[in-house]
Amino acid sequence: MSLAIEKTKARNKELIDEVLTAYPEKTVKKRAKHLATFEDGNPDCSVKSNIKSVPGVMTIRGCAYAGSKGVVWGPIKDMIHISHGPVGCGQYSWGARRNYYIGTTGIDTFVTMQFTSDFQEKDIVFGGDKKLAKIIDEIEALFPLNKGISIQSECPIGLIGDDIEAVSRKKSKEYDGKTIVPVRCEGFRGVSQSLGHHIANDSIRDWVFDKAEDKHKEFQSTAYDVAIIGDYNIGGDAWASRILLEEMGLRVIAQWSGDGSIAELENSPKAKLNVLHCYRSMNYISRHMEEKYGIPWVEYNFFGPSKIEESLRKIASHFDDKIKEGAERVIAKYRAIVDAVIAKYKPRLQGKTVMLYVGGLRPRHVIGAYEDLGMEIVGTGYEFGHNDDYQRTTHYVKDGTLIYDDVNGHEFEKFVEKIQPDLVGAGIKEKYVFQKMGVPFRQMHSWDYSGPYHGYDGFAIFARDMDMAINNPVWGMTKAPWK
Amino acid sequence: MTKGLRQIAFYGKGGIGKSTTSQNTLAALAELGQKILIVGCDPKADSTRLILHAKAQDTILSLAAEAGSVEDLEIEMVMKTGFKNIRCVESGGPEPGVGCAGRGVITSINFLEENGAYEGIDYVSYDVLGDVVCGGFAMPIRENKAQEIYIVMSGEMMAMYAANNIAKGILKYANSGGVRLGGLVCNERQTDKELELAESLAKKLNTTLIHFVPRDNVVQHAELRRMTVLEFAPNSKQAEEYRKLATKIHANAGKGTIPTPITMDELEDLLMEHGIMKAVDESIVGKTAAELAAEVAA
Repeated sequence: MSLAIEKTKARNKELIDEVLTAYPEKTVKKRAKHLATFEDGNPDCSVKSNIKSVPGVMTIRGCAYAGSKGVVWGPIKDMIHISHGPVGCGQYSWGARRNYYIGTTGIDTFVTMQFTSDFQEKDIVFGGDKKLAKIIDEIEALFPLNKGISIQSECPIGLIGDDIEAVSRKKSKEYDGKTIVPVRCEGFRGVSQSLGHHIANDSIRDWVFDKAEDKHKEFQSTAYDVAIIGDYNIGGDAWASRILLEEMGLRVIAQWSGDGSIAELENSPKAKLNVLHCYRSMNYISRHMEEKYGIPWVEYNFFGPSKIEESLRKIASHFDDKIKEGAERVIAKYRAIVDAVIAKYKPRLQGKTVMLYVGGLRPRHVIGAYEDLGMEIVGTGYEFGHNDDYQRTTHYVKDGTLIYDDVNGHEFEKFVEKIQPDLVGAGIKEKYVFQKMGVPFRQMHSWDYSGPYHGYDGFAIFARDMDMAINNPVWGMTKAPWK
Repeated sequence: MTKGLRQIAFYGKGGIGKSTTSQNTLAALAELGQKILIVGCDPKADSTRLILHAKAQDTILSLAAEAGSVEDLEIEMVMKTGFKNIRCVESGGPEPGVGCAGRGVITSINFLEENGAYEGIDYVSYDVLGDVVCGGFAMPIRENKAQEIYIVMSGEMMAMYAANNIAKGILKYANSGGVRLGGLVCNERQTDKELELAESLAKKLNTTLIHFVPRDNVVQHAELRRMTVLEFAPNSKQAEEYRKLATKIHANAGKGTIPTPITMDELEDLLMEHGIMKAVDESIVGKTAAELAAEVAA
């Protein structure tokens, strides 16, 4: 082990001890288990995860409703997703996560619209089932081209015990077997949005797949059908991914769930292979399709050329030579673009250090893209990862990387203050804190209103954005005039 | 809020006779010249039927649901006047199995306070359903609501168990708010050593048995006519009992105590002390008849 890594590890230990001094004894004991340094050869990152956040800290986490409505269901474009409960949850999740889609909003697609049952006191006291039934009737009258409805439960639904399943069944029958999905994603369930993903996956299994078996008889399978699972098309990510799969000769029959439709979900069990990007939010449904329909699934990573190449070959290995050749053809075709991007940006970004703190798959998946540009990840952590995420992270991070699970405002600020990375990639709540500290920042949840970052096209945009953040002349002007 | 307003509440196990006892007692208080408001806090809305001679009055929540929201209601729409000018409101609530009745109680009480329902009266009495199952049903014992709680009970094990649980609820709010336990009212069920047992429990709970109401069929006769005994048979012995209880409650202002609820074991000990229950043979707990027979055979 080199002396430099030895020193980094010692510094990390000191740093972790230091942030913990701010806490009462009980909290020290709890939080100490979520902070560690990655040691080469360890099977995971030596941190505990998927545990309730400590009260009193500023956690970055969301809730089960956010996981179901905001992540999994919300992007399905031709369905209407009712935020069922008081108005706030729907209001503040209005507009979705920049999940791009094709369609005419309000006519045949509805992603950026917001539907809520706007619970009032009397709905709490007398129950909201009647109101829900009425809303479904109104939706049918006002938006006749909708292809289905999902009911995203807010907290009070679970507290007062409304029978949204009964309403769904009844209304589905009234509207010729229309897909109506009750989702029990009350915000108080679980420790983060992660349980919401799981609940949403299960609701697709129970309320979409089981009803879909004799639908879409006209569908004709090919030997090259794949479904993209866990790409939410933020800033067009799924499109930048889809073209690569298509260019190598595969047929993408579904996108889950960015720019996706209910028909695509229903047809997914006919895929030959499920290709899974966001493991955290959609491994559940992938496993189910494997068990029930015998569809294998493969995880891939379309951030940065190294991982894209690796992933294209990995996906192709599940098919015949035609596809394998296709993968090589795609890799060769984009080589020139990749070389040009790297030639332009690597000299400007070489050796720059990055600290990440994101959700889902990104705390590990984007590392390759940074490394392709000569940058180094010195710290990373998951908002709501589980141990299997941290196991997968070991393939990405270097010896001595600082790992922080469910990091809070205090810890993250201290870490950045001491480590002084050249870039922080996290969410909107962290953005201005770090920029005010004079540290360049990119919002890595919705790509800071940019994107796509997936695929070769995305890599070019990614490189430009990181350069724009780090090498912006504004950072040279932040000295106070009296200093 | 009116100065000197007495706020009391009747709690107790379901079916113990809370509504009957409270309405008869309040009728007797009205006879003493007290101006009274009854707030029924039970979704069944049967806390005022004997005063109003009605099956069930329109409730705050059903009227609010009809009108749109509780803000659309006027106090006159929900308040009825019955025997001896006793004013009555029923909170009401959802049908069994839907919605949140507890939230309904909170909504109703807030509405009454905001709309001056307590102006110009001497007594507000809350009649609350069986057990304090959630925060909503604890509303009347929370800050600035009922000052004294009267627990209606009997010599039956489960009624005493419920009384002890209610004492726990009172204790929880006794320090943050000003609620106190006014006393136990034993509604005679003619169980063994009932008076003795009720007095013992009262002592354990750091309170008094404020009155022992004997069993009398005249109560049922009055109920069938949707009347209190005070109105149906004012000269009966039973009417006199309720007058005694009313007088005691009236004199009990400010004499409530902070209860000292006991454990389940202590409660069982109490029953054993009075010979109601035999000491449990721990070796037979959880064993089926067949298992016991096999043990005897061996």
